[in-house]
Amino acid sequence: MGSRASTLLREEEIEEIKKETGFSHSQITRLYSRFSSLDKGENGTLSREDFQRIPELAINPLGDRIINAFFPESEDQVNFRGFMRTLAHFRPIEDNEKNKDHTASEPLNSRTNKLLFAFRLYDLDRDDKISRDELLQVLRMMVGVNISDEQLGSIADRTIQEADQNGDSSISFNEFIKVLEKVDVEQKMSIRFLH
Amino acid sequence: MEDPWGTALALFQVWISVLLCLVMLPAMFGLSLGVTGVYIQILVQILEWATLRIQRGRKEKTSVPIPLPNGIIHRDGGSMAQEMLEVRGSRPGGDFTLGDVFYFYKKGMESLVDDQVTQCFSSEELASWNLLTRTNQNFRYISLRLTVIWGVGVFVRYCLLFPLRLVRELGHILAKHWLSEVAHLMFYRICARGLSATIRYHNKENRPKKGGICVANHTTPIDIIILANDRCYAMVGQVHGGLMGVIQRSMVRSCPHVWFERTEMKDRNTVTNRLREHVTCEDKLPILIFPEGTCINNTSVMMFKKGSFEIGGTIYPVAIKYDPRFGDAFWNSAKYNMVSYLLRTMTSWAIVVNVWYLPPMTRLDQEDASQFAQRVKSAIALKGGLIDMAWDGGLKRARVKDSLKEEQQKMYSSMIVGPDGPSDLAATPPLLDLQD
Repeated sequence: MGSRASTLLREEEIEEIKKETGFSHSQITRLYSRFSSLDKGENGTLSREDFQRIPELAINPLGDRIINAFFPESEDQVNFRGFMRTLAHFRPIEDNEKNKDHTASEPLNSRTNKLLFAFRLYDLDRDDKISRDELLQVLRMMVGVNISDEQLGSIADRTIQEADQNGDSSISFNEFIKVLEKVDVEQKMSIRFLH
Repeated sequence: MEDPWGTALALFQVWISVLLCLVMLPAMFGLSLGVTGVYIQILVQILEWATLRIQRGRKEKTSVPIPLPNGIIHRDGGSMAQEMLEVRGSRPGGDFTLGDVFYFYKKGMESLVDDQVTQCFSSEELASWNLLTRTNQNFRYISLRLTVIWGVGVFVRYCLLFPLRLVRELGHILAKHWLSEVAHLMFYRICARGLSATIRYHNKENRPKKGGICVANHTTPIDIIILANDRCYAMVGQVHGGLMGVIQRSMVRSCPHVWFERTEMKDRNTVTNRLREHVTCEDKLPILIFPEGTCINNTSVMMFKKGSFEIGGTIYPVAIKYDPRFGDAFWNSAKYNMVSYLLRTMTSWAIVVNVWYLPPMTRLDQEDASQFAQRVKSAIALKGGLIDMAWDGGLKRARVKDSLKEEQQKMYSSMIVGPDGPSDLAATPPLLDLQD
């Protein structure tokens, strides 16, 4: 598994992924090992079933949404580049990146991009607004059958009321950022690698 | 002119017979010539030297990645409630916030990158290379000397150890058909020698007695050989075809085993009743059962199926731990079939295993079968230095049950609409601490 996998990933590819995502060389090889071990069909791509096979992910109430984030519109397979691109959102923000020049293109793991990733998990139709229905869908996934429709509806209404500033009964991306401005997004939406 | 092939063949035959005598005779009588012991000691010295050399090499060449047997990411062990509080920051109280989803997203991503369960079904990653190519995950070229030793190792394993082991094994399987019941122990001892197995039995006073049930953690079919080396067991299992079937049939001749057809296994009552019958006979051999139901990679113990613990009788727990430096004993049945697994085992350095016999346990009145199973599992995990996991070994092949997801949903719901609010949050268990 191990040595075979790392020889299949060429140095140029590793460099490109490094530039695009900011992961280090060793992180990329480790994640490639992980990608290969999930790829039961050994065809270089992952399908939704491959993700579902991870028990901890399968029991996560928002597991399906997370899995969907890896698959761009109407595609069923994700290759390693796509896998890394999505994972890059969860890379921790390093100190030397915090003061980077903002005119350069923003890295995938900036605070704004992390928030955008989370926003898109709510906003399925990509109209840049979280509607009441979209919010209800996510709520329903998280609570299962344990809360009634009415109660859930009132929770959704209250949330929109508190966040909505321009009165359109939905949450735009800016309103979303405003609500979460006190939350330590960098820490909550980051995975800490051990090296 | 002498026929060179004839001489070579004759010499070869003499050599093999001498070696076989040196090995088989002592094995039959439970003696040891001490060769294996010396061999293991030399191996340990070499591997330790190799470890130091690799560590030195790693310092010099920083591009070589460090192996991480403990996973590649840091995971917070906090409960759902604790982490939710942190997410909400300055806003206490049980109600839903838009940021609650972060908890689930992060947990989901973490499990995607590194999860506890799927890694139990693949071989353990070693902290240092043991000079076998098959365990070479991230180790690169360090020094010439190391490569030379590795080359010598390849030669020794494939040209010396492997043919010897192969000849022994084949000889024994054939001879088995003509040996009587008395020779049963002998057979297993020879098998163990055939694999260069060094087995250390601890606490022999707790060895399973007749009329009981022996339970152990399962890593490989070789577990059976390891345990049967010390005493005779009756075995429960499915009738297999192929190489396993041949071995099964030859075992049946000498010991009364309880084999089940696959269709019978589906009917739990039949199985339980037959086992109960066997156990109530005082002079029947103890039954050997592996309650995990499948091979696990010897770093953790997965959920024990409660069936074996409903039969009654005394349970004799046994912990089996293989030393991963000398070879990977785990049988990854998804990746290797029986034959290639045996080949890999016969070409590894050796099999070094510790077997701990734990004191017998019986079910207490206030606990049910699954609680009893959990208690036995924890005892085995503790003794063997393995991680006690609540996940089901059946996840190797089957999907996880929906009820586990529903538990998560229930937990979260009680957080956001629970009448007790924040004071209740500390009591909710963490996301991954699940019991079946």
